[in-house]
Amino acid sequence: MATLIDTIRNDPRSPRRGLQGVGAEPVRSAEPVNDRELRSDYEARRHIFPSRVHGAFRRIKWTLVALLLGIYWGTPWIRWDRGPAAPDQAVLLDLARRRFYFFGIEIWPQEFYYVAGLLIMAALGLFLVTSVAGRAWCGYACPQTVWTDLFIAVERLVEGDRNARAKLDASPWTLTKIRKRLTLWSLWLVIAAATGGAWVFYFADAPTLLVDLVSGTAAPVAYTTVALLAATTFWLAGFMREQVCTYMCPWPRIQGAMLDEHSLIVTYNDWRGEPRSRHAKKAIAAGRDVGDCVDCNACVAACPMGIDIRNGQQLECITCALCIDACNRIMEKVGKPRGLVSYSTLADYERHAQTAATLGRDTARAEQRGPSISKVLRPRTILYFGLWATIGVAMLVALAARGEIGMTVLHDRAPLFTTLSDGSVRNGYELKLVNKAGEPRSLALAIQGLPDATMWTAENGERTRSAVVDVPPDSVRDLRVFVLRPAANAAPADFAFVLTDPRSNETVVEDARFEAKEVTRK
Amino acid sequence: MSNIGADEGFPRVPESEPHRGEIDQPTGTATTGHEWDGIKELNTPMPRWWLWVFYATHVWALVYIVLFPAIPLLKDSTTGLLGWHSRSEVAEEIDTAAVARADQFERIRNLPIEQVADDETLRNLAVRGGESAFKVNCVQCHGADAAGGIGFANLNDDDWIWGGSLEAIEQTIAHGVRHAGDDETRLSEMPAFGRDGMLDREQIAAVTRHVLSLSGAGPADPAGATVFADNCAACHGASGEGNRDVGAPRLSDAVWLYSSDPAAIRAQIHNPKHGAMPSWSQRLDPATVKQLAIYVHSLGGGEEEGSREASAGAID
Ligand code: SF4
Ligand code: SF4
Repeated sequence: MATLIDTIRNDPRSPRRGLQGVGAEPVRSAEPVNDRELRSDYEARRHIFPSRVHGAFRRIKWTLVALLLGIYWGTPWIRWDRGPAAPDQAVLLDLARRRFYFFGIEIWPQEFYYVAGLLIMAALGLFLVTSVAGRAWCGYACPQTVWTDLFIAVERLVEGDRNARAKLDASPWTLTKIRKRLTLWSLWLVIAAATGGAWVFYFADAPTLLVDLVSGTAAPVAYTTVALLAATTFWLAGFMREQVCTYMCPWPRIQGAMLDEHSLIVTYNDWRGEPRSRHAKKAIAAGRDVGDCVDCNACVAACPMGIDIRNGQQLECITCALCIDACNRIMEKVGKPRGLVSYSTLADYERHAQTAATLGRDTARAEQRGPSISKVLRPRTILYFGLWATIGVAMLVALAARGEIGMTVLHDRAPLFTTLSDGSVRNGYELKLVNKAGEPRSLALAIQGLPDATMWTAENGERTRSAVVDVPPDSVRDLRVFVLRPAANAAPADFAFVLTDPRSNETVVEDARFEAKEVTRK
Repeated sequence: MSNIGADEGFPRVPESEPHRGEIDQPTGTATTGHEWDGIKELNTPMPRWWLWVFYATHVWALVYIVLFPAIPLLKDSTTGLLGWHSRSEVAEEIDTAAVARADQFERIRNLPIEQVADDETLRNLAVRGGESAFKVNCVQCHGADAAGGIGFANLNDDDWIWGGSLEAIEQTIAHGVRHAGDDETRLSEMPAFGRDGMLDREQIAAVTRHVLSLSGAGPADPAGATVFADNCAACHGASGEGNRDVGAPRLSDAVWLYSSDPAAIRAQIHNPKHGAMPSWSQRLDPATVKQLAIYVHSLGGGEEEGSREASAGAID
């Protein structure tokens, strides 16, 4: 490893360059980094200019970028017919009316547990994916990664690849630089505005809102939201990039706890690569041992996080696998098998390193195959999957059993009961009748038990034991109901309200209590 | 700085060599020179933007302090240049709501109460508004549950001294009961039969037994019945059915203003207490009175116009 540390110290791109004072390796640059002038408690962000990469993972990532952005921008425009009483937007978070629509599913605020369930599933799903495939979320699906990828692509389009961009960045503010930067920032701004713009479409009817937004008649909060999200997108994807992952985001810290020796991580197989050599032929001729790494720095140049994967697993690495693509191309060029940098589990890596140390590099390389999947099923992943699936199934069952009508019963607390002039006792109840359907319903409300009791509603004083109540579509109707027991039977008792939808025969039974003065024992 | 904590036994960086930081080998980062049980603290520089964000929060705080109420003083607080206050914001919201509903309140004010109650929107508004007005003005006597107490009428039941129709309730609320300063107030006065020597103890006891028997709460008492017919029936009716025109409570039912306890009944005949209720039209605007009436009517005992007879069935 001595060579490795040496390399970091002398790599002009490494923030740790020039470090000295450890061991007895030759010191090539003797800069007293901890000198008062040089030492700082704060460090400015260094620009990273990731170079263009071609390869399988890059293709996967482009596909995912297109897919995810397509979903983000396209979803609000999907229509879904729910009848005249409900909006026809497939995915809609209607804050004013407090409804969440997701295709055929409609969620009311009191059913927030569905959303909670989804969030728990998302968390468990992330645990599962991380324990199997490491920071796959970070590398492929996180919005920060997706938008950064897009912004870097635009940057490359305007300013050129790595070297051109670095050169332009270092150059003084010439007209060309100003023109290029203005072009770049304008393009970024357009994307950022579109990003913020798409967000608000999830909260209102998209076509209407688009017209309102353009004509300047949308609500101020819509513009503020768009502006805020546009600004954060511009800043986070344009300028902060890897800083978000390294310093702001909690996921890397949490995900660290999800990884074990069987999780896939992007690995530099140093048992194969070291000792690296830029002049392999000369070194071989000189009888020195030479590894596969030709020290071309392609992996470093490709890395959007600005790290050198050859230093081992690092907290900055989002496992985007671009260094794998970059290295594979080099390996092909120099006629070596791919996979010097590869997805590998720690267990595999250690096994190979062991083999390399005992039986030699060639044997280990011959054994090296794709990542072994034999350990995908292990207690940890089975547990995560089990929890994830249990919640998923429970939610599906709940959704399937979700009725279209509902009722809650609240007994008046003050007064608990009222004695009427004829000695009969009356109780009052606040009922909430729920009709989740898109059409109005005439529901039958009846009392179950207490054969002597009668009831009536505040609107209709007619004494009955069963009444028909109209509930408008997609709404809750408050209903004040009185129940009366005659003087002779006016004692506390339990009974139930029964709500029936005559069309579907769906029935809801809610227990209730009739209160009266306890019969005094004499 | 390097000597901070030296006295507490923390290792110190020698004063003479303050900059000779040590480099942590695996990370290549300088250490602070502090060491705890062999664990050394890395001196990783913070991102500079973080520093700027930190400063930005200070600027934000300063601007905030200048613009908004921020520093508590003895009685008050600094007001801030913008003059913003959460209370004025609430007041504004209330005003906006009032303006938005102004025409509805206007209609409540101008329409006869029956028509207000027939309009679903207005009725809902009135019940809500009446409920809050009740909590402010009425609960002191009638209780939060409007169930009253001894001497204070229960407004939930179907027994009304002055009538339970919307108009009757509105009239009672607007002008009160025995309110001296209102010509239209509900007035009635039961003679003090015992104090003024109109009935003797024995007669009072007998008529009390008769009154209890009217609602089936005791055996019949012929002597009491005679006293009743001579002294009470003029106002309370021959069978104790009461008379709302003169505010004579119905005696034949299960609801008692001053309790069904015989002693209480005797006391009331001997020297009656007379409750009073303010004339609310002198304190509240007509729309509020109407809302109160509709709310009280909605509690469950409200009567339809002219349905007095329907609900006045005597108890056997
Ligand atoms: S570290 Fe955080 S912000 Fe960065 S890619 Fe991962 S989840 Fe996204
Ligand atoms: S080291 Fe490789 S996998 Fe990790 S962030 Fe850099 S390029 Fe991506």
